[in-house]
Amino acid sequence: MEADEKIEKISSQTLISNSPSKRIRIRPLTKASLVLRGTLVVLVLLTAYTFYTIDVKDVNFVQGMIGTAKNVKVMFLEPHLSHFSFSHALYQVMITLGLAFLTTVFGAIIAVFLSLFAAQNLSSKRVSVVIKGFAAFIRAVPTVLWVLIFAVAAGLGSVAAVIGMTFHSISYLIKAYSESFEELDKGVIEALQASGASWWQIVFQAVIPSSISYMISWTFMRFEINFAVAVAMGAAAGAGGIGFDMFMASSFYYDIREIGAVTYFILVIAILLEVLATQIKKRLKVNI
Amino acid sequence: MIWVKSMQADIFKKKKLNTAVFILLVCFVTFIAATITEFSIAKGIASVPKAIQWSFSNFYPTKESLTKLPDILDKMKETLLISIAATTVAALLAMIFAIFGSTATRVNAFFGGICRGIATVFRNIDTAAWAMILLFSFGQSPLTGYFALFFGSFGFLTRAFVETIDEVSSSSVEALKATGASYFTIIFQSVIPSCIPQIISWVLFMVETNIRSATLVGLLAGSGIGFAFDLYYKSLNYHTASLVVIVIVVSILFIELISNYVRRVIL
Amino acid sequence: MTALLEVAHVSKKFGNDTKALSDVNFSVREGEFVSIIGPSGAGKSTLLRCINRMIDASSGEINFDNVNILSLNKRELKKTRTKIGMIFQHYNLVNRLTVIENTLHGRLGFKTTFAGMLGIYTEEEKQQAIKILNVLGLNEQIFKRSDQLSGGQKQRVGIARALIQNPRMLLCDEPIASLDPSSSKVIMDHLKNISVKMGITVLVNLHQVDVALKYSDTIIGINGGQVVYNGSPKNITPDDIHRIYGSEAGKLIFDMGEIHAG
Ligand SMILES: Nc1ncnc2c1ncn2[C@@H]1O[C@H](COP(=O)(O)OP(=O)(O)O)[C@@H](O)[C@H]1O
Ligand SMILES: [Mg+2]
Repeated sequence: MEADEKIEKISSQTLISNSPSKRIRIRPLTKASLVLRGTLVVLVLLTAYTFYTIDVKDVNFVQGMIGTAKNVKVMFLEPHLSHFSFSHALYQVMITLGLAFLTTVFGAIIAVFLSLFAAQNLSSKRVSVVIKGFAAFIRAVPTVLWVLIFAVAAGLGSVAAVIGMTFHSISYLIKAYSESFEELDKGVIEALQASGASWWQIVFQAVIPSSISYMISWTFMRFEINFAVAVAMGAAAGAGGIGFDMFMASSFYYDIREIGAVTYFILVIAILLEVLATQIKKRLKVNI
Repeated sequence: MIWVKSMQADIFKKKKLNTAVFILLVCFVTFIAATITEFSIAKGIASVPKAIQWSFSNFYPTKESLTKLPDILDKMKETLLISIAATTVAALLAMIFAIFGSTATRVNAFFGGICRGIATVFRNIDTAAWAMILLFSFGQSPLTGYFALFFGSFGFLTRAFVETIDEVSSSSVEALKATGASYFTIIFQSVIPSCIPQIISWVLFMVETNIRSATLVGLLAGSGIGFAFDLYYKSLNYHTASLVVIVIVVSILFIELISNYVRRVIL
Repeated sequence: MTALLEVAHVSKKFGNDTKALSDVNFSVREGEFVSIIGPSGAGKSTLLRCINRMIDASSGEINFDNVNILSLNKRELKKTRTKIGMIFQHYNLVNRLTVIENTLHGRLGFKTTFAGMLGIYTEEEKQQAIKILNVLGLNEQIFKRSDQLSGGQKQRVGIARALIQNPRMLLCDEPIASLDPSSSKVIMDHLKNISVKMGITVLVNLHQVDVALKYSDTIIGINGGQVVYNGSPKNITPDDIHRIYGSEAGKLIFDMGEIHAG
């Protein structure tokens, strides 16, 4: 039996006949698909334009690539420490972790309070918009600039680094916390209100307990990010720690093998933190 | 009844004890961290009003600094373009690695593990670290910034894409396999169409992140807007430096506006 | 009538401990409507997936249309899969694509990789898709995105995708397990129609005994990876149901089954 016949056989009503000359469009253009394609096209065009206009300043692209490949090989296969000792490096890693930890703790404490006012179901619309706008502004200034701006007032060092980095943590965590607060069922808040509970009671007895696993996961993820940021600030803003040693190896000693050793330190900690974050998320059954 | 009561009391006690232990532990670690980093909380708190005061008296653009605006805009354009180009090319490579790395679409488990492993290494070396590594071969050129952003984005996007593919497309992959479609047909007809909105969303997020990182990389690699800021900052020309910050903020907010719009429409 | 599908001594082990199927034997005639019933974890899904080799059986022989499925190479397997349509509990559509695109996905197995990648379909194929969708009562939905459909409509798209393959046989893995009773009836009626009027063989995994008894020519009962009943729904006894589902559950189900079927 031919397919067509088979279909005719079970069709009880007569079919709408499509004249074969008219082509059938199987994917109608919607606004969504137009915007999607437009975005793709713009990205590709801008990329092409960049490659066309980039001013590489007499750097040979191919030689650079080959050089990098060689450097990466040396870095990973022959790492060594010559300008400082293993225990010094370990101590510097602890400093970087310390900077990340302080930043995360301060950021989390401040963000908890601000995000209560940023969550629309706990606060007024106006206050929420103001706080979220403030957070968006903080995020728009790169962390390194916050650190350098504070460095003018407090001097280069851990104080400027921690305060500057805390700004970004606050804004990141406000967004994360307030969104998880907003997911809380309206009915729960209403039920407690009906029983005469005060705002702070509702916050501490219902809102925070029901979002605590999300908050812990987000906070730890921020700690993971802050470690990387602290490495970068050590290099670019004199915050100290392992990042500064990497900067010295790169810009003063020109020692690619020492960079390799430092990179191993950073990699081990970073991957450890990533695994830990995944474990915490799994343990708390949080999917973010 | 008495038994129930005492058990309830126990639960409350235990919860309170846990919270107390947790808070004490955080305080203890904070204390240790503050000691080894030589951070003083008092100094930290004092620095905030000091910084605000300083900003209001020094950190604003003047008429004179506005003459530098065309230069600054030019550097900003360079940084924006490099961030976008690095992200786009990284996304392409990340897509390939993600397809081979996802459980839904991988060719085999061993090869999939290798793909994800490579991405893990790239992701966990920060962009700034990449910049310092690349300085050796490319020197102070935009290419250093380009590749630093490229490597970092590649690692991050691979992980994001793997999660997207796992989440979105494993069921339709099964359906197309059952119709007898070939591997690449399945990828192009099912995986890519179902993931593309999320993928674009991740790419836009990465562009935003990269513009911020580009400032940092520019400081280290001597190019783009980061270099401009460094120049004025180090020569104590704070008025012009503040103009650089304003240009960066406006650019980032503008890009965020566009990508939020795109996200709202396509997701 | 010859046997279209023959399953002989098929076993499947997951890892070393889980024996999902052990020594399964049965055969299915062309145009037959067969329901496979059994408790969760009995091995129903595994059995269906072994037939089109979404899962590779550990041992045994599966003959479909006089070809030994287990001996096929990759290319031959893809060709054989085009003759077997599959329908899933969760529909497995590409949500963001339109109904007609999802339907046309059933043609991908007939195309070169290149044409398939770009999704190039002939006008005849598109006409055919529209025809099938009309028959299934989806004329209003043809150009809608599939995530805008109800569950029952999605499942009909799933059926359309299978039918456009022009298959000899349909494998349906719990096609109505996520649907409400009235949509379930629509779907089962369509499947029955397909089997009776188009002569396509239908194998359905079912949870609902009453539905299986009402629609099938043959019932295959599975428990613990073994076939414990194979015969007409008319001859099935309470004892058989007990053997399929275990005694306690069996009693409950059989009472319900009688009410519905009766
Ligand atoms: N991919 C798999 N890996 C390991 N065990 C599996 C897998 N798929 C199914 N099983 C096991 O095989 C048995 C049969 O499963 P299944 O065929 O899904 O049962 P049913 O569809 O009848 O509910 C179950 O014990 C199940 O745990
Ligand atoms: Mg099943």
